[in-house]
This record gives sequence, C-alpha cells and structure tokens, in this order.
Amino acid sequence: MRPATWPRPEPERERLLVVDASAGKLVDRNVGELPSLLGPGDVLVVNDAATLPASLAGVTARGEALEARLAGLEGDRARAVLFGAGSWRAPTERRAPPPALAPGDELDFDGLAARVETLESERLVSLRFGESGARLYRALYARGRPVQYSYVAGSYRLWHVQTRFAARPWAVEMPSAGRPLTFGVLTALRRRGVAIASLTHAAGLSSTGDGALDASLPLPERYEIPARTRDLVRSAERVIAVGTSVVRALEASRLEHGELRAGAGEARLRLDASFSPAIVSGLLTGVHEPGTSHFDLLESFAPRAVLERAFAHSEASGYLGHELGDSWLVLAARARGARAA
Amino acid sequence: MQLRDKVVMVTGASRGLGEALAHELARAGATVVAVARDERELSRVVDAIRAEGGKAHALGADVGDKEAILPLAGAAQALVGPVDVLIHNASTLGPTPLRLLLDTDCEDFERVLSVNLVGPFRLTKAIAGAMAVRGGGLVIQLSSDASVNAYPGWGAYSVSKAALDHLGRIFAAELDSMGVRFLSLDPGEMDTVMHREAIPDADPSTLARPAAVAQRIVQLIRASDFANGARLEVA
Repeated sequence: MRPATWPRPEPERERLLVVDASAGKLVDRNVGELPSLLGPGDVLVVNDAATLPASLAGVTARGEALEARLAGLEGDRARAVLFGAGSWRAPTERRAPPPALAPGDELDFDGLAARVETLESERLVSLRFGESGARLYRALYARGRPVQYSYVAGSYRLWHVQTRFAARPWAVEMPSAGRPLTFGVLTALRRRGVAIASLTHAAGLSSTGDGALDASLPLPERYEIPARTRDLVRSAERVIAVGTSVVRALEASRLEHGELRAGAGEARLRLDASFSPAIVSGLLTGVHEPGTSHFDLLESFAPRAVLERAFAHSEASGYLGHELGDSWLVLAARARGARAA
Repeated sequence: MQLRDKVVMVTGASRGLGEALAHELARAGATVVAVARDERELSRVVDAIRAEGGKAHALGADVGDKEAILPLAGAAQALVGPVDVLIHNASTLGPTPLRLLLDTDCEDFERVLSVNLVGPFRLTKAIAGAMAVRGGGLVIQLSSDASVNAYPGWGAYSVSKAALDHLGRIFAAELDSMGVRFLSLDPGEMDTVMHREAIPDADPSTLARPAAVAQRIVQLIRASDFANGARLEVA
C-alpha cells in the first residue's frame, strides 16, 4: 500500500473505510462523515498524549555519532533505541548499528548530557539525563526532533505530529488514529449525542529496524484514565477506541483490576489475534498491512477474511497507509456491552 | 470552579497583575504554571509562592513566538498534568510613549498583535483541545476598556484587545457543547509598570492594586457565574 507522505490539508476529506464485521460489509466514506456513522449510546475515546520530539542526535565520549529515539520518558530516566550515524531518511532496517556502549558511558546531545544506565540489547538502553524537570523539557524541546520514517517526504515540525487534543507529551510517536479528527467532526459527534472522552497513553516506537526488538514491541507503556472517562465508558452501549493505544489502556486496566478503573497504570498486555477485548467494540485506526501486529489485532474485532477483503479493497481503491494516511472504522460483530465491564 | 489541585497557567506572570494572580491562585490551592519572557523575575515570583507553601513552576517563554508555544504547552503539562485553567494575561502596549495609528510602524503593529492576539490563539489551540475531550476547562482573556473605547494613541493595543475579546466569544460558541468556557475580564486601571509606561503622569493613588484585582478574579473563577464567552469588568 502506498504511504501518505505528507499531511494533507483537509483531514475531513481523507478516506474512511467502514468495516462492518457482522454484515461482512465494506462501505467507503470519508472522515467528515464519521458523525453519521455513530450516535447516542456511543462513546468515542481518544488518546490525548502529545508527541514529544523524541529523536536526539548525539555523540559518545569517543566522538562517535548516534541517534537516540526515546521509547518512553519518566522523570529524568528514559528508555531509548539507539542507531549509528545517519538520519530518518534511511529506512530503519538499513541504519548503522550504534557504537558499542557500556553502562556508565556518557552521551552528549548537543549540551544535554545523559549516562547509559543499562543495556537491554545492542540497541535498547536505559538513559539518565543530566537535567530534570523544566530544564530537561526545555532541553528536549530545543534539541529533539519528531521521530519519523523514510517514507515521509520532508522533515516533520513539532506541529505535524500533534493531534488537535494533545496535552501531556507522553507519546514518542503521534497517536495517529486521532490525527484526522478535527473539532468540526468532534463537535458534530457531540451534536449527534455521541460522548467524547479521553485518556492518556504513552504511545511508543512502532519500529526499530531490529527484527528481534521489533518483535518485542510495544514495550510496557504507562497510561492514565480519568474518572469521567471510566464513567462514560461504563454507561456506554458501544465504546469506539481511537487507535490501538486506547484499546491497550482500557483493556489493560480491566485485566489488572477485573474492571475498568480510573487512575494510572502500565500496560504490559500484547494485543494480537487471540486477544478478546471486553470493553472496546469498535476501532478507528489507520490502514495496516496484513502481517503486521496492528493487522493481527484487528482480528479481535472482525474475521480475518473480512479484514483481508477490506485490505484488498483499500489497496485497489487507492487508500493511503501509515500515520498520515487514510482510516478504517472497524465495528465488531456486536456491541460488547461495555456496561458489563 | 473549585481551584484546589487544579492546574492553572498564567502568562505574563513575572510582574503586575500576572504576578498577583499567580500568588492568589496558589493561595487558593491551584498548581500554578507561571510563564513570562523574563526568567529571573519569574523565578523570583515562583520562589516567593513556594516560600508561602504554594505550588508553582516557572517556564520562560515569549508567547509572541510561534516556535515557543508547543514546547511551552508540552513542558507545562509534562510537569504538572493537563491544564484546567489558562489565563492569557501577557500583553504588550507596543512602543511607548503611545502614538497615533498613522505614526505606528507596521512592524510594531504586527508585534502587538503577535503577543496580544496570535499568541493567545496559538496557546489556546495547543491547550483547549485537550480540555474539550476531557469535558471541560476555562480560558480567560485579560481585556481592557481600550477594547470597547477608541482612545487616540492606544490603536494597536486597543485593536488587539477588541479582537482578543471576540476570539474568546467565538471559541465559546464553538466549544460550548464540549464544556470549555471562555471569559474576557477587564481589570480596570491598575498601579502597574505597564500603566506607568502608558500614562506616566497618572496619580497612583487613583489606581487599583493588582493584588486586590487578582483576589476579585479568583472569586469570579470560583463562582463561575457567567455566560460562556462573556466580557466582565472586574472592578
């Protein structure tokens, strides 16, 4: 599938394929028509994480160049995936490996110091920055660039990777399913009687270029669910998640507590074909290729045959892929009865 | 609105009404994110709030600078969580002594609009969207009687404040269904550095003290008894 290579000026005119699992039906719509597809009893849950500029160019004490992509940041500690010299313009799988490092090594990101604390693999390390609090964020925003991949046509600016409802910068890649949701669409959904709710989920890196490491993604990611969102989800007839990060947060809370609870947690679950969501019964998502973990996850919402037909249709009809691309609205065979969750 | 443990961002918090508001909001139990260009003055304000037992963070930024807005919103919310109340208090008069519009350089006019109007638009855009999906929030624009009266010499400032009031009204009309509220407040004439720059020969004894105005604003926020998009005189 061709990727979208740059943000398009009118998100509401981007394409939206409705994948209705119960009828096995596919309907071509656009994002601006989303309000006509949902109604009273539905709650749409978005991930309000802002996107940190999580790619840092630096050097080791020996002067070797490297790029660190933060996979998550809490306090002054971060997990990071390292690459050798080069930039996002090279596909991640062709990037040079990072210089050999050992715990205690000092890295310099243009004046922002970090110490390697542990090495989980050649590429995955834990770092501790030499700054904290407001000074650390100032340094990160001054030096960091958005994480991006080689299919994008130009260098992202910070505003290219924010949704319109971003708050805390917990994500290191844009929670992109929410990207095409304009306030024109969200306020129209409200007028239709659809409830809108948010949670914050620290969406991590989608690719590292290292097969073994990619297979372990996503790493544990923190989330926080507001009390209002818990209440709206519990009383809804149908819960539509905007992006897999929202599915992950809601279902992780349920699995941990036996019910959906408000508050902070860490999502460790892996969503795949065998996973059965109990809360979420619909998913607004980007278009993903068969064989990817995202695609496998959709099988918990619709039969594989329907999904494969949806993908073939999308490809034949010119839908665009990746984070700037078109969308699917996958509706499960039946509402799961969030009230029971 | 109860302010205890709410996150309130105040721009222009290094002096004058902004400084007084930061103090008063912290006394009401809010966590204050104080924003201004002058980081030394800002640190002084935040240190004083903390010495009183209040919760405050200093973030240096120029709200008239496009590049500063997302880093400011991101750093603030990384440190203290989603913003519940945003107060657009920072503003500039433009060059003083004040001058007639035909004597105002276009660049100076643009700079006044950047700080007083476009900056608040950008910062609201960066923060109020998350308020809307969370189901509520409050955005306050500090206005002036120059926004409704045409005083010779106050051109750029006046125009920016009139537009800022209307910015709040339109945001209110658009986001009312999502629970985000907007309020423009005219604080009246106060004994501040800005007032001295505008009217050097004013008699300070006739001017309100910023601390008293800040107390009144905090009362108005607590009472929250206003129509969405309203413009109120504080005095």
